[in-house]
Amino acid sequence: MANEATQSPETNQPAINPDMDLLRFATAGSVDDGKSTLIGRLLLDSKSIFEDQLEAVESTSQSKGYDYTDLALLTDGLRSEREQGITIDVAYRYFATPNRKFIIADTPGHVQYTRNMVTGASTADLGLVLVDARQGLTEQSRRHAVILSLLRVPHLVLAVNKMDLVDFDEEVYSKIHQEFTSFATKLAIPDLEIIPISALQGDNVVTRSENMDWYKGPTLMHHLEHVHVASDRDLVDVRFPVQYVVRPKSDDFHDYRGYAGMVAGGVLKKGDEVVALPSGMTSKIAGIDLFDNEIDQAFPPMSVTVRLEDDVDVSRGDMIARVNNAPKPSQDIDAMVCWMTNEPLRPRQKLAIKHTTRTGRALVKDIQYRLDINTLHRDQETKELGVNEIGRVQLRTTVPLLCDPYSKNRTTGSFILIDEATGVTVGAGMINSGS
Amino acid sequence: MVEPVKAATHADYQLSQLDQLEAESIHIFREVASEFEKPVLMFSGGKDSIVMLRLAEKAFYPAKIPFPIMQIDNGQDFDEVGETRARWVERLGVKLIVASIDDAIARGIVVDDGKTTRNRLQTPTLINAIEENGFTAAFGGGRRDEEKARAKERVYSHRDEFGQWDPKMQRPELWSLYNGRIHPGEHMRIFPISNWTELDIWDYIGREGIEIPEIYFSHKRRVFERDGMLLSETPLNPTREGEVVEERVVRFRTCGDITLTGCVESTASTIEEIIEEVAIAKVTERGATRGDDRFSEAAMEDRKKEGYF
Repeated sequence: MANEATQSPETNQPAINPDMDLLRFATAGSVDDGKSTLIGRLLLDSKSIFEDQLEAVESTSQSKGYDYTDLALLTDGLRSEREQGITIDVAYRYFATPNRKFIIADTPGHVQYTRNMVTGASTADLGLVLVDARQGLTEQSRRHAVILSLLRVPHLVLAVNKMDLVDFDEEVYSKIHQEFTSFATKLAIPDLEIIPISALQGDNVVTRSENMDWYKGPTLMHHLEHVHVASDRDLVDVRFPVQYVVRPKSDDFHDYRGYAGMVAGGVLKKGDEVVALPSGMTSKIAGIDLFDNEIDQAFPPMSVTVRLEDDVDVSRGDMIARVNNAPKPSQDIDAMVCWMTNEPLRPRQKLAIKHTTRTGRALVKDIQYRLDINTLHRDQETKELGVNEIGRVQLRTTVPLLCDPYSKNRTTGSFILIDEATGVTVGAGMINSGS
Repeated sequence: MVEPVKAATHADYQLSQLDQLEAESIHIFREVASEFEKPVLMFSGGKDSIVMLRLAEKAFYPAKIPFPIMQIDNGQDFDEVGETRARWVERLGVKLIVASIDDAIARGIVVDDGKTTRNRLQTPTLINAIEENGFTAAFGGGRRDEEKARAKERVYSHRDEFGQWDPKMQRPELWSLYNGRIHPGEHMRIFPISNWTELDIWDYIGREGIEIPEIYFSHKRRVFERDGMLLSETPLNPTREGEVVEERVVRFRTCGDITLTGCVESTASTIEEIIEEVAIAKVTERGATRGDDRFSEAAMEDRKKEGYF
């Protein structure tokens, strides 16, 4: 890989476009599916790799005696990863094209790292699953799709990689295509694209493959650049978890009292009638501030400060919603939980829970079933969840949660569980319902 | 200075990526201020920490920033950086704490053996200052695009009572739900601009009209070449045999220790010109100008494990 071939004379990164938007995507694939090579390829072809980084990788590849430049070395940031040649933790990487910036959550594909995939998928707009064309769909590809569907990642791309090793055969692609679409009907995947690629040779990654003229769909990069993510947010149901109360107590702002937070759903407008939860007190929005600008409206994911007309008692952990469209405070929570630590989750266990800006404690009342994410079978015999297992759990919380179903709102429908003794995050929860 | 641009009207309820990054960073600042007893913002006076200060200002406006800022004075900073810092501190009315390496050496907290760079002495000085002040959270301006070990770090980076980072023991970070639990003696390093790139920082500085130290802009400077880097002529860093000092037109991409921070030849004298230059740069800012990252392939990882920010 000569530098001249990969570094074009013009730009390394595109000039700034003030309207540039953002796509967060999570990658998943098994150890040898070529995920690191694909990410390396996307970074390289979008000119997001610098000469010094590439030189470092080339010299390491040489000193290890490889006869090619190992692009995986670009993404394996830790000494222990480079030693073992595997990825052990989520890493975030960045590249941009003229209209869009991309944040990649690069998640390891090993079965023992389900928790890392859940972590990466929790913030993703799009999930990218790689399969090896020679192997076809494996248990792991199905597992990745199931996790992305559970996490409600709205867009899924199945990249059928290593097409060069199957002579770019349309048959191979069609078989995988068929098998996967029929499997995906069982899942919540609103948008699916299946693209045949060769990450190593660059076919259909950024440039259209001449070797696969039978494929009429977009290249991977074209799809990433154009997939429509704007309508994935809930702009109807107003949800504003209060994060921080701004009280300047200065001469200039003597009576200023603002509720700061990040809009989790809906559109807030000045003059709107709102209710503060859990108190149930109603008031009107007197103004919305974004730093020293007063703005007309706020929507997700803006961080703003809301002022109310009346002096109602609102503090961190409360939520502002519309009067006739507010979540019901619930202490009994039914949720899918992904367990992330070696000591299993068992009934009667007590944990700390963090939901939006609200923190409390939770008691595990029941574990209804463990989901086999390979077969989607619901195992009701096992009454505990081991590390990297996902199951349906009933919780009783000390504080009422102001929640929505996760399928409706990924922010007000999610929570984390924390071990009170160690302080470690041990579980990720997606709410089915509260009552 | 560029005139700040007012927030656009959003007929289509779309935020630009820069607005999304800003919203995310402000969310993190507010979360930490809510949940930690004693946060502090680590402030070097470089472009990243100035952007951090601007974001903190926005997060709590019209109230003042509810935590102090702390500078680790390595005694070898650029004068221009100190001047800019002083103006920011005065304008925002924040409390500035200075922890100096010279002071740490005098008190025997660190040992200057004449071989260790000031950069290495920064780490124990920082950890000691966090401990002495009882800080439970320390904001840093680290970005994941800077370096491959950084790409692996969480927004909330847990540090044990020795200030150490253990990459294998990191907490999973889900949605925007940050877990700030710590035991007595431990603290959290917080990186609100993790998801920003070098270009985002420049774009934001331009958009917001943020004042930064003059050394980022093109100027004439007496420099010499060492290990492929252009270093400033200064009594703190005597030239070695064969090194020739000459005047060149340069600017800096990062601000650090004057003896280790290289400059690049450049005529970029406005933010727009800098953005143009950064967009076509073929070498990373650290690769081009930071001697401290050149010690080994895992230099940053090793320093971070010891407690570097």
